[in-house]
Amino acid sequence: MSALTYDDVMAKYEPVLGLEVHVELNTHSKMFCGCSTIFGAEPNTQTCPVCLALPGALPVVNEKAIESTILIGLALNCSIAPFSRFARKNYFYPDMPKNFQISQYDEPICVNGYVDVEIDTDEGPQSFRIEIERVHMEEDTGKSLHVGGSTGRIHGADYSLLDYNRAGIPLVEIVTKIVPGTGKYAPEVAKAYVAELRDILRSLGVSDVKMEQGSLRCDANVSLRLIGSDVLGTRSETKNVNSLRSVERAVRGEMIRHAELLNDGKKVKQETRHFQEDTGLTRSGRSKEQAEDYRYFPEPDLVPVAPDAKWIETLRAGLPERPSLRRKRLQEQWSVPDKEMAAMINADVLNIVEETVLLGADPTKARSWWLGEISRLANEKEVAISELAITANDVAEIVSLVAQGELTDKLARQVVEGVIAGEGSPAQVIASRGIKVVNDDGALMAAIEKVCSEQSETADKVRNGHLPAAGALIGAVMKETKGQADAARVRELLLGHLGQA
Amino acid sequence: MIKNSAAEMAESLASGATTSVALTQAHLDQISKVDGKVHAFLHVDSQGALEQAAQVDAARSRGEKLGPLAGVPLALKDVLVQKGVPTTCGSKILEGWRPPYDATVVTNLKNAGVVILGKTNMDEFAMGSSTENSAYGPTHNPWDLTRIPGGSGGGSAAALAAFEAPLAIGTDTGGSIRQPAAVTGTVGVKPTYGGVSRYGLVAFSSSLDQAGPCARTVLDTALLHEVIAGFDPRDSTSINAPVPQVVAAAKNGDVKAMKIGVVKELNGDGYQAGVRQRFEESLELLAKAGAEIVEVSAPNFEYALAAYYLIAPSECSSNLARFDAMRYGIRVGDSDGASAESVMNLTREVGFGREVKRRILLGTYALSSGYYDAYYGSAQKVRTLITQDFNNAFEKCDVMVSPTCPTTAFKIGEKANDPLAMYLNDIATIPVNMAGIGGMSLPCGVAPEDGLPVGFQIMSPVMQDQRMYSVGAALEAALLSQWGAPLLSQAPSLGGAA
Ligand SMILES: [Zn+2]
Repeated sequence: MSALTYDDVMAKYEPVLGLEVHVELNTHSKMFCGCSTIFGAEPNTQTCPVCLALPGALPVVNEKAIESTILIGLALNCSIAPFSRFARKNYFYPDMPKNFQISQYDEPICVNGYVDVEIDTDEGPQSFRIEIERVHMEEDTGKSLHVGGSTGRIHGADYSLLDYNRAGIPLVEIVTKIVPGTGKYAPEVAKAYVAELRDILRSLGVSDVKMEQGSLRCDANVSLRLIGSDVLGTRSETKNVNSLRSVERAVRGEMIRHAELLNDGKKVKQETRHFQEDTGLTRSGRSKEQAEDYRYFPEPDLVPVAPDAKWIETLRAGLPERPSLRRKRLQEQWSVPDKEMAAMINADVLNIVEETVLLGADPTKARSWWLGEISRLANEKEVAISELAITANDVAEIVSLVAQGELTDKLARQVVEGVIAGEGSPAQVIASRGIKVVNDDGALMAAIEKVCSEQSETADKVRNGHLPAAGALIGAVMKETKGQADAARVRELLLGHLGQA
Repeated sequence: MIKNSAAEMAESLASGATTSVALTQAHLDQISKVDGKVHAFLHVDSQGALEQAAQVDAARSRGEKLGPLAGVPLALKDVLVQKGVPTTCGSKILEGWRPPYDATVVTNLKNAGVVILGKTNMDEFAMGSSTENSAYGPTHNPWDLTRIPGGSGGGSAAALAAFEAPLAIGTDTGGSIRQPAAVTGTVGVKPTYGGVSRYGLVAFSSSLDQAGPCARTVLDTALLHEVIAGFDPRDSTSINAPVPQVVAAAKNGDVKAMKIGVVKELNGDGYQAGVRQRFEESLELLAKAGAEIVEVSAPNFEYALAAYYLIAPSECSSNLARFDAMRYGIRVGDSDGASAESVMNLTREVGFGREVKRRILLGTYALSSGYYDAYYGSAQKVRTLITQDFNNAFEKCDVMVSPTCPTTAFKIGEKANDPLAMYLNDIATIPVNMAGIGGMSLPCGVAPEDGLPVGFQIMSPVMQDQRMYSVGAALEAALLSQWGAPLLSQAPSLGGAA
């Protein structure tokens, strides 16, 4: 097999994508029973007759999950079906207690939407429209842990452990239509799409969207066709893609693998492949040549979902601003450079900065506090910024005190530190720590005279016009006034005192 | 005492003439005496029943307000889960399983102070019309021990006929309450689908299954109906509406000005002469009581059986997939190195009986891609047509009636190897399940040619269950005054207590 470069692939083939994203909703209870959904509990402690599929148990739909799914559909510009049904997808697997999954088949709740994503191309930013085929509800399976054997798979394992805590957690599956026309940017578009979905889902507050914990999972379907052809190639479906970076790597890797096969005159097998984080390659999973017959039929234990049109409109009216649009708006309003904007997004401080600004703080100041001192303290304590005992209100107050000259930057940092240390509001910290700017010229002059007489040699240098020597004297005055003086005023008075004004 | 009706027993309890412990013990004694011959029970929970009875007695002596059936014993079909009590559904695959929770029906019974004696025999997973498909051996009809007691709820019906219990719970997917009632001379009601919660009823065919009351009189059945019925948030298909006033209807028994529709298609060819005779006589009695008898037609009923044998197996093939040896029930072939798949296959091979396997295969086939539309899809269309037939007929009458079964009880083993002949037994009961309406069977005499009980079926529209109770009570009263004593007094003695 020849080793192809990405450019070789692009010279001959056009990629066609299809992306299936599974999102675990963050409802408090499972899709069809009242069990808790909290991640990381002891195995099989969050189970009941329903999610263990004990004989006789029946499912009941979680209303909140329906609401979340409709919100997702609306945010993705889908139509919401006035009538949709659950269906049973029948197949045997030990981690699926009923040996069928309650899902939706030919009557999903949301259909025909789209998401626009923007990526940087050689020609500058370019927008791609990803069309959404459907958004439907289903339930998650339990987890199997295969012990022994080399592959961690069921075949060859000595035994397997089953944890049903995850069984029945609400899942939403978002399926795109086929995505042609992305050319060499296919990997970036795939990544940007998943990132955009993640942001949208986060803004809706319907999921934790943590790829590393599996609350957002992406299956990437990739196929190649000869440039100019309108016949679709055979696709592979890559699962286990657990980060945004992996989405990009998986698509790129599959494109190259397919091209190598096709160039060698071989066929691409229609199969499920598993992405391997360490190598960036995929390995073959279950072959789909004999398509499994899931014997779908309408779930007789559940009644159809018929959401009220008024309810849907209420939900639509309450939709948050699209994250990408909001970012653009804020960047413009605050005139933030791209790099700083990216830094804010990475540090996840956009919301709190906006909140601080809405409380009256100057955007640049607000940004620099959250991204600078406060981020630094959070890092030092190894906690998330949101876990610190400082609020947008506190920061807005501190920014305002600095603007009024009530605090110097240095004092303000002490106040921030105090608030984070749990000493109370900025006012309480200022009071208890006795922090205040000394702007009583008399007190400053006394300190200046004291310092100049103590360091008369240095004072003489300044008197003689050697201005850099003033720095040491200003420092001493600041020390004398316990840092509560405004350094600029000290400098002004000192130079006047020494005849250099 | 044990031959009284449940209403009479409840009266004795209320007046202090007897205690629930004494009443329960009397039934446990009867079970010890006769169940060796009848085999109505798979599990008798003597201790649990006596404890429950003692609690009711204590509550009564404290002057607590009790339900109308508090302290009266009952036999529970083994397809409903009861916490801590073995539940097998008549299947090997669930041998030894003790459910950790109560079915809603069981919760309702317990809350009403009804004493649960034990679990009754049934065709495996309620698939059958004779109780011969139980993995634990057949139940015998108290009228003739060589005959079947009907099925799938043969155990519950036989327990009533053998005076082992005055009340029983059955479940009815295609006739499993009504047909056993018919062939044992007892009363059985399939309420409107959604009228009684299915939570904790081990599913055979989810869209058809319905639990219901069984007893020896119409009033007893009504009293039990009101105990177990009502909306249950745990069952999405449960109807959120008040329970029909069935007790009032059973007490009143007034059919004046009621129109009774005789289903043209459920009579005639294939119906035993004695069955037809008793049915016709009953119609005359109802006419005498003031009802107007009209003929109604239901042309699509002839497809009901075929459609039923696609829908029920399809749903069962999926419902029974959970029996995989992983979480409960027996586990076969779990030796070192055996794969989960082979353990599951072996367990299902050993754990399920022939009829269950037959239906799982039928259903799996009917749902397969390429066949779905022709089989499951067409069957659903037939179901809609049958519902339309009922709707049309109910425009001309208040209730519809027919014989419950084409024949009286057949011999054990007679149809065991002829599934089609067996399936035909349910030809008159299946349409009711397909449309989700209510159906009752009550005894209307014995067939002159064999001396075996004949059942009279009454069908009422969705959530109009009180209508069948009115008609049932009127017919029962007319028959009783003719016979002078309940029909069961004609049944042979099994050597139990009087
Ligand atoms: Zn649960």
